[in-house]
Amino acid sequence: MRLTCPICGARDRREFYYQGEALARPAPGAGAEAWDEYLHLRDNPAGVRRELWQHEAGCGAWLVVERNTSTHEVLGVSLVLDEAQA
Amino acid sequence: MTFSGLRVLKEGLTGNRGWAPHWRDPEPKAAYDAVIIGGGGHGLATAYYLAKNHGLTNIAVLEKGYIGGGNIGRNTTIVRANYFLPGNSEFYSHSLKLWEGLEEDLNYNVMHSQRGIINLFHSDGQRDAFVRRGNAMITQGDDAILLDREGVRQHLPYLDFENTRFPIYGGLYHPRGGTARHDAVAWGYARGADRRGVDLLQNCEVTGIDIENGAVCGVQTTRGAIRAKKVGIVVAGRSSQVAAMAGMRLPIESHVLQAFVTEGLKPCIDHVVTFGMGHFYISQSDKGGLVFGGDLDFYASYASRGNLPTAEHVMEAGMTLMPMIGQAKLLRSWGGIMDMTPDGSPIIDRTETDGLFIDCGWCYGGFKAVPASGYAFAHLMATGQHHETAAAFRFDRFRTGRGLLDEEGTGSQHNLH
Repeated sequence: MRLTCPICGARDRREFYYQGEALARPAPGAGAEAWDEYLHLRDNPAGVRRELWQHEAGCGAWLVVERNTSTHEVLGVSLVLDEAQA
Repeated sequence: MTFSGLRVLKEGLTGNRGWAPHWRDPEPKAAYDAVIIGGGGHGLATAYYLAKNHGLTNIAVLEKGYIGGGNIGRNTTIVRANYFLPGNSEFYSHSLKLWEGLEEDLNYNVMHSQRGIINLFHSDGQRDAFVRRGNAMITQGDDAILLDREGVRQHLPYLDFENTRFPIYGGLYHPRGGTARHDAVAWGYARGADRRGVDLLQNCEVTGIDIENGAVCGVQTTRGAIRAKKVGIVVAGRSSQVAAMAGMRLPIESHVLQAFVTEGLKPCIDHVVTFGMGHFYISQSDKGGLVFGGDLDFYASYASRGNLPTAEHVMEAGMTLMPMIGQAKLLRSWGGIMDMTPDGSPIIDRTETDGLFIDCGWCYGGFKAVPASGYAFAHLMATGQHHETAAAFRFDRFRTGRGLLDEEGTGSQHNLH
């Protein structure tokens, strides 16, 4: 499996750290239920989902990777920074 | 049909024409007292103990594929009770005791082999941790022996004791640990449940869970609707999908764990050996293949196969520990889908829907738990009360933070186990 870092290009999976599903972080006072959802509960689809990865052994950028968990097909990679500014 | 030495001899002398199928292939009934979704090891064990311990025989196991075709047929078959945390210790201790009586109980040869497990350590700090773990095991009533380097050498002379990075200081020996024939465990429980009247419905995929006024009343399947006031979900690997049919989200992310087996060799590895520092463990099957594996690939996956970096890492760790296996040819590799929970421990609990129960989140440790999980889940479904050995496996521990069972001590977060 290779991921195409928007900064560095296509790189080996071993250069990347996997964080988990890309979720919106709740406000600090959002309550136990919202934090439980954010920290623990997952849709966990057998199919396409958005994930957070970091190009740890490369440029260090945090990435949003759209990936199919049933086929390992990577559908898109973008910078978290770009998404945040969009 | 009861198995015995005499029967095997008689059949052997008469052309093996007297054997019959081990279980029936019944048509689904319109209603059961309880249905279990999932005909894997845990689901079949649940059905068996519901019938045996609680007298519930008007029940069915619904399996979307065939009996024993899921993770029960895809694991590395290790059986052990070497857990540390209260909550885990008593559960796995109970499971090992059930394993020790399983063949007699089921009248089925599951090839349970208590060949001993040796967890290696490579530093003073790791030795201290293993002393503590061994004492916890002994306190629980199980067996643990601390081996020094020479003690390990007597058991495992083929290891590279002088490895520069990971010199072997000793090992924690758990003599009652070992392996069992994974398929036979599924078959034995299936046969045992069937003989007590349980309907095993194969090619019967659940497509919906019917809920009325907050209580479960049945399931929709590819073989028609089935009414039941009690439904148990035991589908590790697909837990999130089935739970979603009841409107639930689970604290589970599915990951791939790879395993490998070599060509058949003459007996050379007598124990189960774990090399935690290298993320590697190995045993030899009764057919002679070296069965080994390592850690997760560490990304969400339902693909039932992994990627090469993890395969390479596992091979390197194996070569580091026991260079002699370098000449063995790898026969095949595969991946299983693991229900990973944030703290690495399972869930056996009620749900917010009356009559709906769930047994899931076995991470990469479900095989050894099959007997005790079935035992405890049957107890919960029949009585509504948690079994004393599995009372810690609560659904709400993540939300409340009370009773998290982080056996590895790495934190309760999805990508840490």
